[in-house]
Amino acid sequence: MKPKTKRVARKSYSKAARQEQGGHYDLRLYVAGQSPKSLAAFANLKELCEVHLAGKYRIEVIDLVKKPQLARDDQIIAIPTLVRRLPQPIRKIIGDLCDRRQTLIGLELSEKAEN
Amino acid sequence: MVQKKSVTKNRSLPKSPTGIAGLDEITDGGLPKGRPTLVCGSAGCGKSMLGVEFLVRGATEYNEPGVLMTFEELPEDVITNSRSLGFDLDGLVAKKKLFVDYVRVERNEIQETGEYDLAGIFVRLNYAIESIGAKRVVLDTIETLFTGLTNAAILRAELRRLFSWLKEKGVTAIITGEKGDGTLTRNGLEEYVSDCVIMLDHRVVDQVSTRRLRVVKYRGSTHGTNEYPFLIGETGFSVLPISSVGLGHDVSRERISSGIPRLDAMLGGKGFYRGSSVLITGSAGTGKSSLASYFVDAASRRGERSLYFAFEESPQQIVRNMQSIGLDLEPWTDKGLLQFRASRPTLYGLETHLAVMHKQIEEFKPRAVVIDPISNLINTGSVTEVRSMLLRLVDFLKSRKITALFTSLSSRDTDSLEKTEIGISSIMDTWLLLRDIELGGERNRGINVLKSRGMAHSNQIREFIITANGIDIRDVYVGPEGVLTGSMRLAQEARERAEKLERQVEIGSKQRQLERKRAALEAQIAALRAEFEAEEVEVGRVLAQENQLVKQLEIDEVAMSRSRQADKSVAPRNGN
Repeated sequence: MKPKTKRVARKSYSKAARQEQGGHYDLRLYVAGQSPKSLAAFANLKELCEVHLAGKYRIEVIDLVKKPQLARDDQIIAIPTLVRRLPQPIRKIIGDLCDRRQTLIGLELSEKAEN
Repeated sequence: MVQKKSVTKNRSLPKSPTGIAGLDEITDGGLPKGRPTLVCGSAGCGKSMLGVEFLVRGATEYNEPGVLMTFEELPEDVITNSRSLGFDLDGLVAKKKLFVDYVRVERNEIQETGEYDLAGIFVRLNYAIESIGAKRVVLDTIETLFTGLTNAAILRAELRRLFSWLKEKGVTAIITGEKGDGTLTRNGLEEYVSDCVIMLDHRVVDQVSTRRLRVVKYRGSTHGTNEYPFLIGETGFSVLPISSVGLGHDVSRERISSGIPRLDAMLGGKGFYRGSSVLITGSAGTGKSSLASYFVDAASRRGERSLYFAFEESPQQIVRNMQSIGLDLEPWTDKGLLQFRASRPTLYGLETHLAVMHKQIEEFKPRAVVIDPISNLINTGSVTEVRSMLLRLVDFLKSRKITALFTSLSSRDTDSLEKTEIGISSIMDTWLLLRDIELGGERNRGINVLKSRGMAHSNQIREFIITANGIDIRDVYVGPEGVLTGSMRLAQEARERAEKLERQVEIGSKQRQLERKRAALEAQIAALRAEFEAEEVEVGRVLAQENQLVKQLEIDEVAMSRSRQADKSVAPRNGN
């Protein structure tokens, strides 16, 4: 596990990583069945990605009711959980993503949002 | 699933045995079956170990597979740590008896936005339970969630849901929690888990640590309410519910030898009662350990196992020292009949010593136990603590019909000795006092039976002699000169022997004198008899002569009258 680095340093690192990987976003949304929170999270995520990451993202929805073993493999505690698998490092955002600003911070997209 | 379970529990609360030594006795059968139990305590008190052992015992002894969900320790660490207790978690995992899931909660990795629930944990737990058919679950320590997630309201609601869900699943669960300031757990888990709460404690008093366990509450069940010492040893957890023994134990009428025939004679002729507790007090160098060694030697000769707790000497030293008085304990240790357990009294606290002894006695199952000496243990605790510890130890030993011999070092002043030992002596059935007797510039050992319940014991002080050939108990000299021991006794005995010899010589000469007198008298008698016989012969001869003379006279008379022509016949003189 990485020691907690300063936010500024991490930001510049992830910026570099993003450039290397062509700015592609690989996102996974973990849900459990068709719960309202899960549906809300998916809707919120979809909308946000369309606005900020149009054309360079991929969303994979994983239903833990169907694939429970993945909860252990990917260290999922809460539902819904959004995992940014790419760009590195892995980031986790839990909740229904109703707060767009928080979500953007979580995805380290806040600068772009302000732009 | 829940319904099926609840049908079976109609009268008394069904329980799930933990398999942990002692804990099931305190909880009267185990943890509440199908319900969560909270185990709380400060850091390092053994919460996790309790949880792990609960699962391991369940899997190996009760065929109840278990799930360990760890929030703090990595699974590899848990596996390594429990290997030191002899648990093979890897093997259990491979056999599908155990499922280990590590839940990583790292605050700086997680961003919270909006509403969420802990369905992830539910899913994982459910998957784990279903995949091995688990009956037991340990959550260690779920409070970590409070540090990883900020929304306490959601957390509390979810925990409440989690615990009721666990009940629904019918699994017996242990939830561990860190002790908080003035509360059982830091985040108030006791609010949600209220069926059974067990508190562990790790206290350090005078730089000596003692682990203790207490059942704070157990809804719907009786349970021991005391604080019980517990150990985490090579074979896992063990709790000691020994204060619960009480006085209900059976007593034995069987008598066993102390190893010294003369001491047996002092004890009503037969020795100690089996299962009794014997205290030997004495000042330094009075032979307490030697007496104890004779006792274990006698037990070994009977083919009984004995356990010797040495707090002063190492086993080798005891064996060597006993060889110097002609007692060889080595064959018994080789045969496995005798085991020594040596440790320094300051190694652990009193309670822990008790716990260790309890455990070792349970493992070795001896019929005789020696604790040499208890006075060293006394230094590690207060008088009340020592008394309560000894009481529990004695009760425990009595319940197992184990004859126990305690030695105790006391000050030389015999009066204060009897006073200071009052607390302990009342627990003991037999009390032997070894004392110094100082006389004539030397010190000798004396032994007497101060008390011995249930037998007519000797009230005499005997001299206790340790020689190269073993222990000898002798009568002391009691006479006009007072009580004498050692060389004074020897001197007195020599003097008496001399006097006796003298008297014997005197008697001999008197006898010889008598003989001589008798001989002289007899010679005199013989002479007299000879004289008399000579006289007798002489008298006979004279008489015969006289008779001859008389006859001659008659003949002469007849001849005379005939010659005188007498007309009258002459009558014979003898009248016949």
